[in-house]
Amino acid sequence: MKTTADAVVIGGGVVGAAIAYNLAKYGLKNIVLCEKDTFASGSTGRCGAGVREQWGAEGNIRMCKAAIDIFENLQEELEYDYDIEFVQKGYLMLAYIEKEWEQFNVNIKVQHKLGVNAVALTPQEAREIVPTLNTEGLYGATFNARDGHANPFHTTRAYLKAFERLGGEVCFFTEVTGIEKTNGRIQGVKTTKGDISAPVVVNAAGPWAAPVASMVGVDLPVYTERHQILVTEPVGRLFDPMLMSFSRGFYSQQTPHGSVVMGIGDPNEPKGYDIGHSWQFLRRMCDIMCSVVPALEGVRVVRQWSGLYTISPDAHPILGTVPGIDGYYHAVGFSGHGFMLAPIVGKVIAEMILDKELSIDISGLDLGRFERGDLRVEPSVV
Amino acid sequence: MSDENTIIVCRCEDVTLGEIRKAIREGATTLDEVKRITRAGMGPCQGRTCRLLVAGEIARYHRKHVSEVLQSRYRPPVKPVKMGDFAALSEEGGNSQEEGGHRQATGGDGQCICGKAVTGK
Repeated sequence: MKTTADAVVIGGGVVGAAIAYNLAKYGLKNIVLCEKDTFASGSTGRCGAGVREQWGAEGNIRMCKAAIDIFENLQEELEYDYDIEFVQKGYLMLAYIEKEWEQFNVNIKVQHKLGVNAVALTPQEAREIVPTLNTEGLYGATFNARDGHANPFHTTRAYLKAFERLGGEVCFFTEVTGIEKTNGRIQGVKTTKGDISAPVVVNAAGPWAAPVASMVGVDLPVYTERHQILVTEPVGRLFDPMLMSFSRGFYSQQTPHGSVVMGIGDPNEPKGYDIGHSWQFLRRMCDIMCSVVPALEGVRVVRQWSGLYTISPDAHPILGTVPGIDGYYHAVGFSGHGFMLAPIVGKVIAEMILDKELSIDISGLDLGRFERGDLRVEPSVV
Repeated sequence: MSDENTIIVCRCEDVTLGEIRKAIREGATTLDEVKRITRAGMGPCQGRTCRLLVAGEIARYHRKHVSEVLQSRYRPPVKPVKMGDFAALSEEGGNSQEEGGHRQATGGDGQCICGKAVTGK
């Protein structure tokens, strides 16, 4: 492991990997990425892997639109020899209560204004897109064909492999235990494998973002929360788009491999780092999804697991610098949608570090917004 | 000698010995990494067949003992269970009624996924 670097990225999830790759691509030479476990072992590898433009808040819509632009060419850009499995079969957002339907109709107006071509559908029209869908109790749906999903392991690994080809160093099983700072300037990091002096440190530690930030005295207003998820055996095509409902709290996608991945939010989930799994989740998840797509009744669950959302007060990420700490950057608090934002966030954080013109305006997503009271609330999170 | 590209190591996901060895050569040092790259161990048997074979390949390549190879977690359910069987548990008894709500969700081995013996069905 290098003992001096131009930048150290903390976190081998998709966000850290995307930042490291973009820094190297823009020409920074000595970059080390430290990951306490292995690639995609925190939130990334446990996520539902969806990518959507159908948000309610302008910031999320703009960022995801830019991220999908990158996803569309990512396989080629990263020259990856496996498949990142990016497919665009859309998201079908299902409204089961009137309030949800009203929200969708508000969202779609914002989406149209920003150039997202989502359409509002009747239950019958939704069924034309997903013939296996049970439309009972459905108010309506919105559909955006440009949304989709990708393989989170391979997407992360593709970024890391491209980063290594550009000369970057990836250190797995290397935990950052401290960040050195003197007179408000970052000096480097201490790790379980030795010290690295570096003028730039990027906190992309996902669920561990707050403990890492506290190493430089930054108090992040985020908390972690377990979200459970399961995957079935592979079966023939049951549905193409990602299915999602906020009132019922679920999302589900059928991967290119044929297995069906699904998760559900639990309003009673306590804050914390528990990533155990419960059988009550299996019961509730299966109950809901068997009513949404009755054909799932005969499909077997092969595995369940859980991962952590790192939630910010307004469900938007916290990006950029912190005044008074020269050389410290963070990309944290993604609130359950870090995977889909990573391509654009990786690019824009690298641009910020290297003083380049930013591809997208993220000025309102700094940590200072919480003190200013300038929150941008996102109504559409599972 | 057989070609490593025709030897199936993970029968559920059709992963060959050649694919496993490629992932290891490219830097995988643990079962989880091989699994994430190749899908070996992600199928219906959850690695019951291939887990040790993959661990053996990793150990051989890195000249370690198999016991030193980092294992991946075992995840429930132990055997694949139909979603309809889990859903049936929700119908009567409702939430948090483990006793009263106990229906006959079989994992195919005469036991409910919660470990209780199943009668009937």
